[in-house]
Amino acid sequence: MAAVKPRVKGPKSASAGEVITIKTLISHPMESGQRKDNDGNAIPRQIINKFTCEFNGQMVFSCDIDPAVSANPYLEFTAKVNEAGSFKFTWVDDDGSVYTDEKEIALK
Amino acid sequence: MTITRRSMLTLSVGAAIGVVAGVRSGPAAASAEDAMAKVMEFAGGSEPATGTITLDAPEIAENGNTVPISVSVESPMTDGDYVESVAIFADGNPSPEVITFNFTPMSGEASATTRMRLAKTQNVIAVAKTSTGQVFMDKKEVKVTIGGCGG
Repeated sequence: MAAVKPRVKGPKSASAGEVITIKTLISHPMESGQRKDNDGNAIPRQIINKFTCEFNGQMVFSCDIDPAVSANPYLEFTAKVNEAGSFKFTWVDDDGSVYTDEKEIALK
Repeated sequence: MTITRRSMLTLSVGAAIGVVAGVRSGPAAASAEDAMAKVMEFAGGSEPATGTITLDAPEIAENGNTVPISVSVESPMTDGDYVESVAIFADGNPSPEVITFNFTPMSGEASATTRMRLAKTQNVIAVAKTSTGQVFMDKKEVKVTIGGCGG
């Protein structure tokens, strides 16, 4: 499997109380478990099943993902910024791997 | 009706498409009842109301592998009244669950966007649950030209 690479896009700074939009994408095949290989054997399911976004240790947004989400799962959501700090993004794979990324944000 | 060369051709092409479609139907799809059962389970017994929630999906998706969908719910998003979670279901996929977004007052707004797979033309359903126990639902039919579940 190609290297799983998380990507996050969001503003570098925000004014206090501002609601910002964060876009994330992780390269992952999201094998649904429905497909068959050339010999007719089912390809086992392997997807990212959970995503969380925390800000300074507090949960902001999370989601439970099922195989119906496309390959290279893209997520766009909002967060309210009251103080400077860092966002922590976590993706959990079916095989137990955990991928993380972090992003700092400053106050204007 | 007299059978002309043209009408005969149209008929045979139609029949051929029918046969191909039949062979390619692939894994058993979830029925609309399954999807509704999941919706009711998520709603936890309360009847979902319409309005307040908006589901955005294309009317026609050329490629069922990546169909952009976004959902937003009008809510003050305060500690006392916020949208706890929004679940997306699809009633024609092999399994109806798509994704569940969990929001907190820190989210600021109850809105999210993702891309999903659609096996065929079907309804996409979004259900929102608020911290005050209200349940809202929106439904959109998406026409799919090429399905997105392999096989």
